Parts: sequence; C-alpha cells; structure tokens
Amino acid sequence: MSELTRLSADQAAQAIAAGETSSVELTQALLDRIEAVDGAINAFLHVDADGALAAAKASDEQRASGATSYLSGVPIAVKDVFTTVGQPTTCGSKILEGWIPPYDATVVAKLRAAGLPILGKTNMDEFAMGSSTEHSAYGPTRNPWDTDRIPGGSGGGSAAAVAAFEAPLALGTDTGGSIRQPGAVTGTVGVKPTYGGVSRYGLVAMASSLDQAGPVTRTVLDAALLHEVIAGHDPMDSTSIDAPVPAVVAAARRADVKGLRIGLVRELQGSVESGGGFQAGVQARFDDAVGLLTDAGAEVVEVSCPSFVHGIAAYYLVMPSEASSNLARFDAMRYGLRVGPEGVDDPSAEQVMAASRDAGFGDEVKRRIILGTYALSSGYYDAYYGSAQKVRTLIARDFAAAFEQVDLLVSPTSPVTAWPLGEKSDDPLAMYLADVATIPANLAGVPGLSLPVGLADEDQMPVGLQFLAPAMADDRLYNAAAALEGLLEDRWGGRLLDQAPVLEGAR
Amino acid sequence: MSSGISRADVEHLAGLARIELSDAELDRLAVDLPAILEHVAVVQRAAGDDVPAMSHPLPVDNVFRADEVRPSLTPEEALSGAPESDQQRFGVPKILGED
Repeated sequence: MSELTRLSADQAAQAIAAGETSSVELTQALLDRIEAVDGAINAFLHVDADGALAAAKASDEQRASGATSYLSGVPIAVKDVFTTVGQPTTCGSKILEGWIPPYDATVVAKLRAAGLPILGKTNMDEFAMGSSTEHSAYGPTRNPWDTDRIPGGSGGGSAAAVAAFEAPLALGTDTGGSIRQPGAVTGTVGVKPTYGGVSRYGLVAMASSLDQAGPVTRTVLDAALLHEVIAGHDPMDSTSIDAPVPAVVAAARRADVKGLRIGLVRELQGSVESGGGFQAGVQARFDDAVGLLTDAGAEVVEVSCPSFVHGIAAYYLVMPSEASSNLARFDAMRYGLRVGPEGVDDPSAEQVMAASRDAGFGDEVKRRIILGTYALSSGYYDAYYGSAQKVRTLIARDFAAAFEQVDLLVSPTSPVTAWPLGEKSDDPLAMYLADVATIPANLAGVPGLSLPVGLADEDQMPVGLQFLAPAMADDRLYNAAAALEGLLEDRWGGRLLDQAPVLEGAR
Repeated sequence: MSSGISRADVEHLAGLARIELSDAELDRLAVDLPAILEHVAVVQRAAGDDVPAMSHPLPVDNVFRADEVRPSLTPEEALSGAPESDQQRFGVPKILGED
C-alpha cells in the first residue's frame, strides 16, 4: 500500500503544502487503493475518478498561483445522502437509483470551494435507517477489521472507507448515532456536531429535528479540520445556527484535560455480567480510558441521567414519524423510480405512486414509514408521538442538569463491538438497541464525538468512547478527545488502525 | 393503551402511506409492528402531564430572508430527474378516475 494513503488529512495537507507530494498524486494513490480493496469492502456506491482528479489538478494549480485553504487538495468521500451535482445520489435506495441531483448540498459546495477532491459516494443503510449498512439496496459494506462483520450504520460506508485507508476524510450524517456508532465499531473518529451547527440543505432528510452532518476521520485533529470547513450558518437551512463556529481546531491542538470535570453517565455503563447492557470488552476498554483521563488530571464523577433509559423508545417514535412525513416526497412524479401496478390498464397517479413506493423502498424503510404513519394518526398521536416528545423534554433536562455539574459527559459509544453480518438483520428491535448510548444526544441536539479506545479482549474488535458536550460547546469534545487520543497512542505506540489486518489484494 | 394492531390495520396504514404492500409484507409487518409498539409504549408512562412536549432541539421561529431574485434551477435542470416530461412540464398519470 502506498504510504500516501496512510497519511492523516493533516499530514497530507502539510505534505502538499511542503511540495513533498501533490493533490493529483495523493488522489491517484487513493483511487488505486479503492480499486484494490473496495471489492472486499464495498464502501463506495460510486467512484468519480475523473472528477476527483480534475479537482485535484485545480487545487494544485491554485496552490502554485497563490493562497488555498488548509485542506485544499486532500480528498474526501461523501455519504450518499448528500446531493452532488454530477454524481448519483441514491441514499442506498432503489427508489433513487441513478438519480443525478441538479444541485449541491451546502456542505458539498463548501468542500468544493475549499478545494477537497470528492472521491465518490459511500454506502449506507437505505435512507440512513439502520445500524449495520446491511439495509442498503446495493449490498452491505464490510468491516475492514473483519470482513465477515458489519461496519456499523447507517454510515458504514464512510467509516469503512476511512478505516480501510481509501480516504483520509469522509462526511457522514447522524440521526441516532449513524456517525458515532460506525466510528466506534471500525476504530475511527466520528463527530455529530451541535444540531444546527452544520447545514442540512441538500441532505436528504430522514428525521429533520434529529439529522446532523459531521466529520468521519482517523484522527481527532482531522475531524476538527473538516468540522471547520463544513460548519457555519446557512441561510438555506432555517434551523441553521447564526453564530460563530466553535474553535474546534484550536481545541484539538490544545488537548489538555487537566482540571476538566467529566461525568460518567450511570445509566450508560456496566457490563452485562454486572447487570448493565455493555459487552465486557467494551466496558473494560472504556474503564481503561477513563483511568487515563483521571491520571491526566481530569476530575471524573458519576452523574445520573434517569430519563436516558427511555431514549430508544422516544427515538423510535419521533424518528419514524418524521421519516414517514419526509419520505412522502418520493411520489414517482418528479424524480426517482416510477413503475405501474401489475395488471392495471391506464393506472391513476395514486396507483402508480403506491406501486412505485412498494418497488422502490426496502423492508426497513417500509417498516418505519408504517410505524410513523401509525404514531401520527388521529387517535394515537397523543399516546405515541406526543408522549415521545415529552420524553424528549425529560432527556434535555437531564443533560441540562448534568452540565451544571460537569463540563463533559462520557460513555461507551456502542454497547457492543461489530457483530457478524446477518446476525441482527431480521430482528429490528435487537438492531435498535445498538443506539442506546448515542440517541440521547440527537433527541436533545447536543454534540457528541466517538474515538477509538482499544480492542475488546473477547473478539479483538475496536471499542469506541463517546464524549458529549452542551450545545455549541463542540470545542470541548475535541479538546478532551485529542488529549485521550494522545494518551492512548503513547500506550499503543501508534494508532489503533495500525493493528488492523492487511486487506486482501492490497499488499 | 394496548398495541393491538391487526393485519387489517397495517393494510389501512399502508394505504394512508401510499405503499402497495404484498400479502407477505403485510403478514410480516403485522408481527413486527405490535412488537415494536409494545417496546416503545413505555413513553406513555415516562412523563407526567406537566411535562411540555419538545418538537425540536432549538427554539424554532419563522426564518425569513430578503425577497431578492436569485438564480434558480433551469427548467431542464428541474426536469432532469423526471420519469416523464413534456413541454417543460412533469408528465404524470391521470389524477382523476373515470367514474
């Protein structure tokens, strides 16, 4: 494997700036890597070699003639939920197969403006509904640590692309954990910024009050660098926060937890053996990491967030309700799949719509649309959707009370490591439980970051730790995570991903 | 409240959601949905009447922008993904029935 593909985005930016390599050379190396390993991983639904190389050439030329952005020339992979002019946007669904959007998402436009070549579009659970990327209509993505296991979801493609050194950077979206949980199970870094911190314009909506775009990377500093490129107020998104972006890069460079007050969420820890919900190896690596934070001068205390236990229940009402409404736009009239009902001559628009939605949507999408339709229907609205919204208030209050005592909260990101493909694909409830630790942040709108903290003893698969911060205090995540990352890498003698197996066809 | 959702209920909901489900899909969802609803019904006992509902993490106000003309999609761009189009219009099946 080319050494270029193993560079972090920060290292790559410095190498390009120093003239040690060029964006074209780096982009070609990554395209070669994708060619070599993506048959085994299936992280990409579409690779745009010509477009990426053209953007790389433009970046190199611009650099030769003057100023460029810090990350100019460093390639990125984009989750297939963001609209991209010139590249298909399918959301992992048959209903959008081959659709080329006529406009760019704001974050994609920001990437282009900053000179980042877009390598391609990454695989995902259909319309971001799932925790394993097995619900993609285009086949599952595989975990680079063990290709018989899931890479997490819904953003398994972005996480696997970064973990397999197919891209130093990727974009994800996180509605209930879809950036952080794939990060945890692939040994990579994933950040869900504060709700409203990054524009949702051009992000195909699942649950509008929960969705948030964010960075998928191999290092905390890289995530901060990407965060600064994509964040900020966007007049095209009415929920975009009109305030300065938190100083996340400076925070990642500071990396000092001395004197920080960090809260262990009582409801989000405990091994299965001790009566909790977390796999033993997950809890053990988490405990080790918390020990390192304490040794480095953080004050770690236990806090209680009693309503978090109702988070999954509230989430699996709020999210399907919003999804059932958002996905009504796929009506077979203006774009997307159109098929006629069988055996009907001259069908009506309504019949065509219903037949197209049956043919175009997969099982999990249909399940959530029907569930959401039920939760919003007359007679059940107060009992389900209304009650879930009240739980949301309780969870937000838990966060507010906790952040009066501590600067940051911490928990394992996922209760389990990556499970074997197929293990939970027929059991929706089992799949939903994977989101227990990540969902509260989405319901309350606060930012969260997952970073790798080691391998579980029982299966040698990566474990993630999640920091949570108050809204618009995203910088605190980066400071603490960069500090912990440094402490862990001193102990490991390198990055965790250095321990990942070499992929077939990539020697 | 019980989550007694029958196969007929699922069929009705699918109609509301404009999804023509097959018999096998209806059978499957008639099993899945009650199981999921039983799990999420805990929200009904979690919060008292005095707890306000939260629809959104941010205070949501109307957001206005200046009423200024700016570039928009061309007709060709807007129609570029259409299953059928004619004379700069979306082509759609009939809206009204024969009777």
